[in-house]
Amino acid sequence: MIGAIAIGLAAGVLGGLLGVGGGVLFVPGLVIFLGLSQHQAEATSLLAIVPVALVGALNQDRYGNVRRADALQMGGVSIVGAAAGVALANVLSGAVLRTAFALLIILIAAQLVRRTLGQQGQISAGATERAVDR
Amino acid sequence: MAIGTVAGLFSGLFGVGGGTVIVPLLVLWLGYGEREATGTSLAAIVFIAAFATAVQAAYGNLHFLDGLLIGVPAVGGVMIGTWLQQRLATRSITLLFAAVLVAAAVELLLE
Repeated sequence: MIGAIAIGLAAGVLGGLLGVGGGVLFVPGLVIFLGLSQHQAEATSLLAIVPVALVGALNQDRYGNVRRADALQMGGVSIVGAAAGVALANVLSGAVLRTAFALLIILIAAQLVRRTLGQQGQISAGATERAVDR
Repeated sequence: MAIGTVAGLFSGLFGVGGGTVIVPLLVLWLGYGEREATGTSLAAIVFIAAFATAVQAAYGNLHFLDGLLIGVPAVGGVMIGTWLQQRLATRSITLLFAAVLVAAAVELLLE
């Protein structure tokens, strides 16, 4: 239970910092620490994301960082895609879904590293490795 | 339109908000700045995750209490995170986050 709360807090901080809802940490957290199946973890993660994204969006709006019309349009349009995605997830086996998810978060990690190093320009490989190893 | 559809599919399939898809697409396709993309993405995710949660609940996969146990403390976290984002260089945090993701992936693959 304390683990779950800690996952929630940590994922929230990262979500606010990096602009994601925290699901990439919620899902593995629910599987690893609470013993949920991949399907249950994904469903539960989605619920946990709602308040997180809501508060994050309201905060960002105060800083003038939300283009409301675009956000509403994307949200509205997403209904069909979300229903299709959930249906697809429920057709797949837990093992297949878990493996796909693991590959997904590795890709996200790679993307984050590339983006960060791209912003940084020149950087020594040693410093990068130390940062990643921590 | 395309971004919303893709993000919804992605979110529903993987149980994530879809920010990892939305933010880069807003930056690359629509020329958003990083912080605008972040803020707008979070707002869209509120709707996307709510729809996907409802559909997952219909499949009987939702653990409502666990969702709250994680989601409610995360609200406090996200307030800290958005506050920090305006003030910090996020480079080392991003790299640390990437390392955590890789560790989580390895753990999932070993499950």
